[in-house]
Amino acid sequence: MLLMALTGRIAGVSGIAARLFPPYDDAELAGRLAFVAGLIAAPVVVLLTTGQLPTQTIQANGSILVLGGFLVGFGSVWGSGCTSGHGVCGISRLSVRSFVATITFMAAGFATVFVTRHLG
Amino acid sequence: MAIIGQFVIGLIFGLGLVLSGMSDPAKVLNFLDLGAIGTGGWDPSLAFVMAGAVAVTFAGYKWTLKRPGPLFGEKFHVPTSRELDARIVAGPAIFGVGWGLVGFCPGPALTALGFGTRAAAIFVVAMIAGMLLARWLANRSSLSGIASPLDQLGA
Repeated sequence: MLLMALTGRIAGVSGIAARLFPPYDDAELAGRLAFVAGLIAAPVVVLLTTGQLPTQTIQANGSILVLGGFLVGFGSVWGSGCTSGHGVCGISRLSVRSFVATITFMAAGFATVFVTRHLG
Repeated sequence: MAIIGQFVIGLIFGLGLVLSGMSDPAKVLNFLDLGAIGTGGWDPSLAFVMAGAVAVTFAGYKWTLKRPGPLFGEKFHVPTSRELDARIVAGPAIFGVGWGLVGFCPGPALTALGFGTRAAAIFVVAMIAGMLLARWLANRSSLSGIASPLDQLGA
């Protein structure tokens, strides 16, 4: 919401991240880099203010990390958005496309965890 | 000024992800684990995080979009596409499988780089490769008359 007030754009992380790389269709690169730098700085700020990092447990390793990352990247661009762009910004605008997208990725996430944790 | 503003917004966004637990893949997977409801292993707390974010953004957009324009920049860029095509299901379905495999979506994955873990870095490199491939494929097909997902600015 703050990003819309400031720059007039949707705070969708997948769109911002994908547009860090060429081809560029606008002149907003510096702002996108600044946004991503802010994201990355957040845990550092938490560390400096509280003296410790919150827990972060990444259970996946090796090929699953690569496969998961690839699917997340491909799917979020192919579907024009991720959790922030569709799930938060899109639903807040009452976008039907974003409702469809959010229901789909939630269902796919539930199904995947069900398969890996309960059928695997 | 706009650049500093965008850094601060990214920082606030990232702090939200870190403090809410969205940047912890184990917590995200526990949220996605509906199969554990019966055994008490399901963690519903991230649903409240999502609902809270939507509530704030919904109210914020109502207020913001009534204004003549953004503080920096000439106009609001609000996605206009309403078409329910195959992509709006296929993309999120692919994304959701990756999300369920690891527990990272794009925002938390980028924030996780600040934790300095190798696993997060591997995930982000793979994620960017996937993004660039999707973008390349979309641009190719846009040449043959199908709208590119990135043209729709929904992301």
